[in-house]
Amino acid sequence: MSRGEQPAAAGSGAEVHQMPGRAGAMQDSTGRNPGTELELDWLEEVRVNRSAVERRTATLAPRRAVKKDAQAAWLLKAVTCIDLTTLAGDDTAGRVQRLCAKARRPVRSDLLEALGVADLGIHVGAVCVYPMMVAAAVEALDGSGIPVASVAAGFPAGQTPLAQRIAEVEAAVAAGAREIDIVITRGHVLTANWQALYDEVRAFRQACGAAHLKSILGTGDLATLRNVAKASLVAMMAGTDVVKTSTGKEGVNATLPVSLVMVRTIRRYRELTGQKIGFKPAGGISAAKDALAYLSLMKEELGRDWLEPALFRFGASSLLGDIERQLEHHVTGRYSAAFRHPAA
Amino acid sequence: MSVAEFFSSMDYGPAPEAARPAVDWLDAHDRRFDLFIGNEWVAPKDQRRFDSINPANGRVLAAVAQAGATDIDAAVAAARAAQPGWVVLGGHGRARALYALARAVQKHARLLAVLESLDNGKPIRETRDIDIPLVARHFYHHAGWAQLLDAEFAGYEPLGVAGQIIPWNFPLLMLAWKVAPALAAGNTVLLKPAEFTSLTALLFAELCQQAGLPPGVLNIVTGDGATGELIVNHPDIDKIAFTGSTEVGRHIRAATAGSGKALTLELGGKSPFIVFDDADLDSAVEGVVDAIWFNQGQVCCAGSRLLLQESIAERMVDKLRARMENLRVGDPLDKAIDIGAIVAPVQLARIESLVAKGVAEGATLWQPSWSCPEEGSFYPPSLFTGVAPASTIVQEEIFGPVLVAMTFRTPDEAVALANNTRYGLAASVWTESINLALDMAPKIKAGVVWVNSTNLFDAACGFGGYRESGYGREGGREGFYAYLRPSWTKNLPPYGADEDRPAPEPGTVAADLPLIDRTAKNYIGGSQKRSDSGYSRAVVAADGRLLGEVGEGNRKDIRDAVEAARKAVGWASAATHLRAQILYYIAENLAARQREFRDRIMAMTGAKRRAAAKEVDAAIARLFSYGAWADKFDGAVHAPPIRDVTLAMHEPVGIVGALCPDEAPLLALISLLAPAIAMGDRVVVVPSPRHPLAATDFYQVLDTSDLPGGVVNIVTGDRDGLARVLAEHDEVDALWYVGPAAGSAMVEGASVGNLKQTWVNNGKRRDWFDPRQGEGRDYLRHATQVKNIWVPYGE
Repeated sequence: MSRGEQPAAAGSGAEVHQMPGRAGAMQDSTGRNPGTELELDWLEEVRVNRSAVERRTATLAPRRAVKKDAQAAWLLKAVTCIDLTTLAGDDTAGRVQRLCAKARRPVRSDLLEALGVADLGIHVGAVCVYPMMVAAAVEALDGSGIPVASVAAGFPAGQTPLAQRIAEVEAAVAAGAREIDIVITRGHVLTANWQALYDEVRAFRQACGAAHLKSILGTGDLATLRNVAKASLVAMMAGTDVVKTSTGKEGVNATLPVSLVMVRTIRRYRELTGQKIGFKPAGGISAAKDALAYLSLMKEELGRDWLEPALFRFGASSLLGDIERQLEHHVTGRYSAAFRHPAA
Repeated sequence: MSVAEFFSSMDYGPAPEAARPAVDWLDAHDRRFDLFIGNEWVAPKDQRRFDSINPANGRVLAAVAQAGATDIDAAVAAARAAQPGWVVLGGHGRARALYALARAVQKHARLLAVLESLDNGKPIRETRDIDIPLVARHFYHHAGWAQLLDAEFAGYEPLGVAGQIIPWNFPLLMLAWKVAPALAAGNTVLLKPAEFTSLTALLFAELCQQAGLPPGVLNIVTGDGATGELIVNHPDIDKIAFTGSTEVGRHIRAATAGSGKALTLELGGKSPFIVFDDADLDSAVEGVVDAIWFNQGQVCCAGSRLLLQESIAERMVDKLRARMENLRVGDPLDKAIDIGAIVAPVQLARIESLVAKGVAEGATLWQPSWSCPEEGSFYPPSLFTGVAPASTIVQEEIFGPVLVAMTFRTPDEAVALANNTRYGLAASVWTESINLALDMAPKIKAGVVWVNSTNLFDAACGFGGYRESGYGREGGREGFYAYLRPSWTKNLPPYGADEDRPAPEPGTVAADLPLIDRTAKNYIGGSQKRSDSGYSRAVVAADGRLLGEVGEGNRKDIRDAVEAARKAVGWASAATHLRAQILYYIAENLAARQREFRDRIMAMTGAKRRAAAKEVDAAIARLFSYGAWADKFDGAVHAPPIRDVTLAMHEPVGIVGALCPDEAPLLALISLLAPAIAMGDRVVVVPSPRHPLAATDFYQVLDTSDLPGGVVNIVTGDRDGLARVLAEHDEVDALWYVGPAAGSAMVEGASVGNLKQTWVNNGKRRDWFDPRQGEGRDYLRHATQVKNIWVPYGE
């Protein structure tokens, strides 16, 4: 798959439940999240008990074992939710083209046939690159229906003047990106400057135009689960379409407790506004069984709708490889090896 | 369903745990089991057996032996014979044995988990992730207590042979809770598993054989209630430990009254689950799942009464219903199941009938839209709203997956509702405010309080209840004491026959000049009260002269005294420093009247001057001892293996009734009073019937010592008659009796009403002058109960 240490995730995902218009982009036919005013009252009522959250996540996967054919299906679903990613200093057009080829055909066709799903058109959810690589990715994915996502806004630290960050978003959109993964200014959360956070995300949302906005909270930098919940809520009020945990560059990336808090905030926002917000855990999800745990989390806490790429994505580099091996094991009964599967 | 169909539906699909190894084990035993006595498998003498049934499908798993009287005799004899050797093995030797058992449980963890799930119907996820790991932990922890026994429990010795009767809801875990401390302390054991769930105990017996546990140390005798009855009534058993229903517990209390058997009871509950408006509501919802839908709600400490602050009640109920819709009921061996099978059709019928009663009384029942499996004993998670404390389903323990929800307005109201129950096992408090949580926890009458959590257990943290939830603790240091006794209690002389003889006929009052009449009254609520009876009883001197008269206390005097004690509830939360100061002050005032009390003792008992003076000195010293103890009998902070502190608080028992013997009339009185008031209890004391004047003089000392009214109440009269009234009074929490054996038996028997904690001397006379016998930690432990408050933390 990916070279070196950078995230290069797999994905392919035109999926069955497609929305009209912008095929593949996140969110469903009910439209985008328009956001709300900054409702500070909503933040006031945020309560997160870390120990209880951890207890829930520790028992969630053991409560929901998925086995045999169901497991194969769930792993295929996970594939369709992957944002296949490369975010490295040495990315080149050639590297991105190879990634895009994997995005179109993430699982060996003989395995898909054996599983009886060859006709489902399984591909990853999106290909995620730096702004400079967007054009190459758009070209490589032409006709596939797979959207190109671009990180932007001073990824990964966000320590760039706002004007430049907004310009970066606009440039990525102009280059053909249909999804923009921005990073928030973590300092706004740590100083509880909710207005600044709101204004910033609003500005990115504006700059995105028709492209979908994913807000990376950098949860590893936010220190507490309460901060995670509040930052999620502010991003949603500011009009983000998706909340995403991490850049993959923080010390701690996606974890189940952080994800549970974000997912419950999505539920709360829906209660308050009726809007469905997507979720993208990113970084550190490398095993097929981790993917199953995240899917269980989505199903249990938010429901079936959040098991589709319109509302759920994995930002993960090595996950696809493990899923491929597990799928082959399911088909053959033998443990598989990485070299048997095409590299990204 | 095909992969493509699963891909579309994203359903879970079956995730079965293989039953094969457990089935093979059953087959290897021809699905027929004997009794485990003296490390051998012994057929029941009359060859009676009964079926153990898989509640998930109604099929027979195996035939289990029904132990009869001969079998129980044999098992008791085996345990008795093994006990001296087991003691001689020493703490370290027993630690090795328990360590081996812990390892054996871990090595066979999955087999035990699968077998438990088959036999009981609980989900494999729970047996695998909760029950069996806790079993191993319990044996490890108690291997440690065995190792430390000599150092940490000097002056204590094992009780002897323990008869243990356990329930079906956590079959192997309850075995561990009973067996591990008993064996660690040097007792030998006769254990009867519940009739529905004997199999893991039998497998455990095999593991004991393999681990080389000496013969007779642990005997497993299967059977039904009749077998249990044989154990309870067996004369050569020293200790009965029971976990089960309050009804059976009450029966056991009555049956063992006066037998001298030590007794611990772990009974029912109707535990409150309190959610404040500043709680993490989503987490509280998961807490409810773990509280009432854990083990199908068949948990004595299940959070079965949901108390919601009004402002968030509607949101919580909505969230709960949504969550319930997602719960999965089904095959216990499916790894993705939340709720398994109810243990037996009879229990299912009980749940159904109580739910029907709830509906009939007008409560609103909500159940998920899906239905349970047709085959087997299953019941859906159920939520009642529109109930009040007066509803049957709010008061009765349902022991099933049925939750009742009520609202409250203020923390005080939450406390009032939480405590409005005969039970007092556990409670759960959800709030993000540490102030509120730590204010609530001591106010709730329950042995365990979980803050922002529920159903957490650990061997280091004692577990057990207040009120009709039983007495004694399991786990922790406090639980270990339940299998030990102070060594000095072993060879005490009995009370002689003369104690039972009526007092001699009074003669005339002997005095040179007519005395000013002093009328000794009862002392109730801080003032002197004439006895309701209007009768007096004569107090006769050792030489037969009439010394004076005291009131002939009756039922109503006791009622008034208890009422006064109830009102003095502030004493329970008085600062320990204040309690200490008052005890010293009492001592000071007693010392000021030392000669008067000396003379009184001489006159009443005929004691020599030096002996009487010695008694007064000893009483003053004893007051000093408890003044010293008042701020030193500290609780503990446990560190269970999660991120948590568990505060083991020593709380006063409440209202203590104390019945004093005739000897050492002042010292015995002080010896019983002082530890209780030092620990924050309020006391109703009946002084020596024959020599009560030391007590009636003593209330003048109390009056001058700043002791709040109602903390100590003194009622004179017939000891055993008044003891019965106290024993039958539901507001009295504990009863201490020192006197002839018949009184001990009566007190134990009469206490079954509210299952108050009794502490009796079984007719054995102690030496009040010996500080080892007359004061110290043993008294303090009886004056307190341990409340374990779990506080998981982390931001």
